[in-house]
Amino acid sequence: MPTIFTPPQVDPRRKPDRSGEPGDGDHGSGRRPPIDKRTGGNDNGDGDENWNDRPVGSRGPRERIDQYRIGLGFSLSAILMFFIGLVTVFIVTKSNYHFDPHFQYINSWRPTPVPHIVWLSTAVLLLSSVAAEFARRSMFRESEAMDEWIGLGRPLSRRAGLWLSGALALGIAFLAGQADAWQQLAARPAYLRANTSSKFFYIFTVVHAIHLLLGLGALVVALVGLRNSRRLTTRQVLVDTTVWYWHAMGALWLCLFILLEFFQ
Amino acid sequence: MPSSLAAAIVDVFWQLPADAAAHGPALDRHLLLNLWIALALLALAHVLVIVGLAKRRRHTPPRRQVLIEFLPLAALALLFAFLATRAEALWQAARYTGPDRAALQIEVTGMQFAWYFRYPGPDATFGSTKPEFVSPGEGNPVGLDPTDPHSADDFVSSQLVLPAGREVDLRLHSQDVIHGFSVPEMRLKQNAVPGQDIHIHFTPTTPGDYAILCTQLCGLGHYRMTATLRILPEAAFEAWLSQHAKPEAQ
Amino acid sequence: MKHRTLGFAYLALSTLALLAGVTISLLMRLHLTWPDWVPMGRGPILPEEYLGAVTLHGTLMLFFVLTVAPLWGFGNLILPAQIGSRRMAFPTLNAAAFWILAASLTILCASPFVAGGTAISGWTAYPPLSAVAAAGPGQALGMDLWLASIGLFSLATCMAAVNMLTTIVCLRCDGMDWHRLPLTVWGWFTAALLSLPSFAVLLAALLLLFCDRHLGTNFFLPATLVVNGIVMHSPADGSPLLWLHLFWFFGHPEVYIAILPGMGLVSMVLANFARRRVFAYRVMIAVTVLIGGIGILVWGHHMFVAGLSPFAGSAFAISSMSIAVPASAEVLSWIATVWGSGITVGKARLTTSMLFALGFVSLFITGGLTGPILAQPILDQYLHNTFFVVAHFHLIMAMAGVFGLYLATYYWFPLIANRNLNERLGKIHFWLTIFFAYSTFLPMHITGLAGEPRHYAQFTGIAGPAGKLLAATMPLQRHITLSAIFLALAQIPFFLNLWLALRSSNTSVPNPWDATTMEWAPNAMSEDPTAPEPTTHTGPCEYALNGKTFHPQWQSVTQPNQAE
Repeated sequence: MPTIFTPPQVDPRRKPDRSGEPGDGDHGSGRRPPIDKRTGGNDNGDGDENWNDRPVGSRGPRERIDQYRIGLGFSLSAILMFFIGLVTVFIVTKSNYHFDPHFQYINSWRPTPVPHIVWLSTAVLLLSSVAAEFARRSMFRESEAMDEWIGLGRPLSRRAGLWLSGALALGIAFLAGQADAWQQLAARPAYLRANTSSKFFYIFTVVHAIHLLLGLGALVVALVGLRNSRRLTTRQVLVDTTVWYWHAMGALWLCLFILLEFFQ
Repeated sequence: MPSSLAAAIVDVFWQLPADAAAHGPALDRHLLLNLWIALALLALAHVLVIVGLAKRRRHTPPRRQVLIEFLPLAALALLFAFLATRAEALWQAARYTGPDRAALQIEVTGMQFAWYFRYPGPDATFGSTKPEFVSPGEGNPVGLDPTDPHSADDFVSSQLVLPAGREVDLRLHSQDVIHGFSVPEMRLKQNAVPGQDIHIHFTPTTPGDYAILCTQLCGLGHYRMTATLRILPEAAFEAWLSQHAKPEAQ
Repeated sequence: MKHRTLGFAYLALSTLALLAGVTISLLMRLHLTWPDWVPMGRGPILPEEYLGAVTLHGTLMLFFVLTVAPLWGFGNLILPAQIGSRRMAFPTLNAAAFWILAASLTILCASPFVAGGTAISGWTAYPPLSAVAAAGPGQALGMDLWLASIGLFSLATCMAAVNMLTTIVCLRCDGMDWHRLPLTVWGWFTAALLSLPSFAVLLAALLLLFCDRHLGTNFFLPATLVVNGIVMHSPADGSPLLWLHLFWFFGHPEVYIAILPGMGLVSMVLANFARRRVFAYRVMIAVTVLIGGIGILVWGHHMFVAGLSPFAGSAFAISSMSIAVPASAEVLSWIATVWGSGITVGKARLTTSMLFALGFVSLFITGGLTGPILAQPILDQYLHNTFFVVAHFHLIMAMAGVFGLYLATYYWFPLIANRNLNERLGKIHFWLTIFFAYSTFLPMHITGLAGEPRHYAQFTGIAGPAGKLLAATMPLQRHITLSAIFLALAQIPFFLNLWLALRSSNTSVPNPWDATTMEWAPNAMSEDPTAPEPTTHTGPCEYALNGKTFHPQWQSVTQPNQAE
C-alpha cells in the first residue's frame, strides 16, 4: 500500500510532555502503539488517555485524506443506491406482463442489442482507470514525496499530471463512444418507441454519462490543482479523491454493461 | 360544543359502523382488543412516568436492570407477537385463498369519478372490453365490446346490488388512476390499480344500504366518488337481476 | 459559510415552511368543517385547491420542516460542539446543500402560482395521477415543479448527509469514542445514514416519473389507460405499484429520519434534568441503530391494500410489528431514566425543556401505540387511508417531532443565543400545546374508526348512504377544527418568548442546565480554528448518585465533580 507521507510536524502547543512516562513513548514516527482500551490504557493520571490511538492533537494529512475518502465513500454509497433503484426497476419491468382480452399471458419485453462500439468504449474506460491509478500511486511515492513537499520541484505532480491527462483523454473517448452508441440506436426510432428495454439502455447510459462527466470535471480540477495548489497534501487529496471516484464510475459502468449485455 | 362532543363519542366510539359482512365480527373483536390494549398500555406508561418522576429512590442495583428493561420488553414482544398471530389468522382467512367456486362474480370498475359494477348475466361470462368503446355518456362506461357474444347479456349498474348470505367475488379494475374501493360497513378495502386485475371476496350478511367510498386520492372528484351497496334478501335479488337482464335479441 | 450560520439558515427556512404549512392546514380544516366558507378576497375553495393544499401541507411539513430542522438545522448548530470539533468536514458541500434546499423550497412555493395550480397528487404522488398531465388540474406544470423541487431536495439531503456522516466519523475529538457519543449524535448519525439510501432511491423514482411524464416511457403506466376520455396506449407494460414500492422504500425511513434525532435528544435531556444516567446507555445506542435498520425493511405496510400479494403483506406485517420492540425499549429506557429522580420534590428541575421532553415521551407513546394496530394487515384493511392513520402520524410526527424541535430550542437557546427564554411563558406554551394537541388529534382516531377517509375535500352534501356515513362525524370534525385553531394560537407564547429574549440584554450563564455533554464546555461553540481542541474524558450523563454533583465530559477525571 502506498504510504502517506506525514511530515513530522506536531503542534508544540498540544504535544504533552511525555518525558517521564514508561516505555519509549513516541517511537519517532509520530504514532504510539495501540493501547488496551478496556483497562484504561496507560492513563498517567493526568486524564490524558489516548483512546483513539492517535497522537494527541494530530489532525495531520493522514486524517485529512481519510476524511475525504470517507466522505467520498458515503457519496458513492448514495450513488450506488440510486443505481440499485434503477436496476431494481429494470429487473421488475423485465418481468411485467398483462393478460390480453383472450386471457393470454403477454410479456412484451424485447432486449435491445447493445451496439458493438460499447465493448470498445468499456475497454477504453477500464484503461482510463488504469491510467488514473498510476497517477494516484505516483502521488504517494515516498522517495520523491519529500522533495516535493520541501519544494524542490514537482516530480510527483508532473508524473501524476501526465497520467491524469491520459485518463482524461480516455474518458472523453469513452463518452464519444457512448454518443456514437446513442446515435446508432436513434437511427431506428420505430424500434425504440416500441421497446421498454431501449428506454432502460438510455437511462442507464445517460445517467452514468452524467456522473462520468462530473468525474471528468473532477479530473480537470485535479489537473488544475496539480498545477496551482501550493501544498503537496492538498494535491494528494485532490488526485486521490478524483481517482477513487473515477474507479467507482468505471466499476459501476462495468456492472451496468454486464447487465445490459447479458441480462436483458 | 361539549355535549356534541360527548354525544359524538358515544355515538361513534362505542359503535363502529354497522357490521354487515361475515368476516366483520371477528375483525371488529380483534380491532377492539387492540384498541383496549393500546389504551391500557397508554395509561400504564403515563402512570409510570408520572409516578416515577415523583419518587425519590435514586439507586438501582444492577441486577434489577434486567427486570426493569428486559422483562417488560419480553412481555411486550410476546404481546405484539400474539396480536400479530391473531391478525395473521384473520388475514389468511380473508386473503390467502380465493373465493368459493360458487361465488357471485362481479366486476368493479373505477374511473374518475364513479364506480361501475358489471354483472356477467345468465351466461356467467364477462364479455370482453376495449378501451376504445369506453363512453359513459352513451351508456357504455366499461367499454363493452359489442362484437363479443358474451357482452350481450352483461349489464352495468352504478349501484352494487348483492344477495345476502352469498359469497361474492369482486374483480377490481381501474381505467385511469389508482382508486380505493372501500365499503366500511363490510370492513373491506382494496385499491383498484390500472393494469391489474385484483380480486377480493366477502360474504354480506345483513340486508340494507351501505356506503361505497373511494379511499385512494384520485383527483379533484375524489370526495364524491361514492356509490351505494344494496344488500337484498335472496328472492329480492333474483327479482332485481331478472329486471335488469337484457332481452336475448339485441 | 460557517456551520453556525448554516444552522440558523436551515432553521429559518424550516420556520418559514412551518408557518406556511400550519396556515395551509388551518385553511384545510376550515374548508372541511365549513365547506361554504369563503376566504376573504376570493371565491370558495375548490376541490382541486383543497387537494393542492393537501399536497403542499404534506410536502412542506415532512420535507422542509421535519427533515431539515432537526437534522440540518440543529445538527449544524450543535453537532460539531457536541463531538468536540470546531468545524464540519466539508463546509463548502454543506453550504451548497443549503442553497440547493433554498432553491427547492422556492420552486415548491412557486407551484400554486403557475397555470393549473399546485399538484393535487399529495406528497406521495402516486401515478398514474402524477404521471398523466390530463388526470387532474395542477398535474401539468404544478407537478413538474413538485418533481423539480423534491429532486433538488433529495440531492441537497444526500450532500448534507455526507457532510454530517463524515464529521461524526472523522472529526470527533480525542477521547470521544463511539460509546461516549451522546445519544443525540447517535440519532443524527442514524438519521443521516438512513438519508443516503432512501433519498437516493427517491431520486431514482423521481427520474423515472419524469421520464414517464415527458419522455414517453411507461415505467409506472400500464399498457392501456383511459384518462378523461383519452385512450392512451403504450406498447409495453408498466406498473403503478412499482412507484409505490420505490416511494415507500424512501417514505418509511423518511419518517424515522424525522424522529430519531428527537428521540436521542429526549434521552439526553431526561437524563440531564432527572440527574440520572440514561438507563442502559449501550442498549439505547443499539436500539437507535436497530430502529434505523429495521426501518428500511418495513415499507410495505403502507401498501397492504394497494395490490400487494397477501403473502408479501404478511411478511411486511411481521417486520413492522417487530419494530415495535426497539421502540418499546426506548420508551422503557426513558421511563427508567426518570424513575426515582424525585423531580417534583426539587421543582427547579422541571424546566420547560424537561416538560417538552416528557411531552415528547407522552406523544411518542400515544402515537406509537396505534402503529402496531396499523401494522396488522387485516386491521389496515379497515383503517387504511382513514383519519385513524392521520391521527397516528400527526401525533407521532407532527406533535412529537415538533416537540423535539421545541425541546431543542428551549434546551439550547442559552447556548446558541446567549440569552434565557422565559420559563413561565415556556410553561404556558407547553401546557397549552400539549392540551390542544391531544384535543385535536385524539378525536381523529374516533372519526377514523367511523370510516372517515383521508383527502376528502368535503364530507357534507353527498347523496346516499355514503353521504350519511361521511356526515356522521361532523360534530367531531367541528371540534377538531376549533381545537386546531387553538393549537396554532398556542404557539404565540413561543414566538413572543423568542422575541422578548432576543431583545433583552440579560445574557445567560454558561451551562445553566448543569449539563454534561461537550457543547456546554467553555468555548465549545467557538469556531475559531486556532483555539485548542477540546478533549473528552468520560461518558455523558455522569451524575453523582445523590444528585448533588456531576462530572462534565470535558473535565479531566482527576478533577472533582462540579456542584450544581
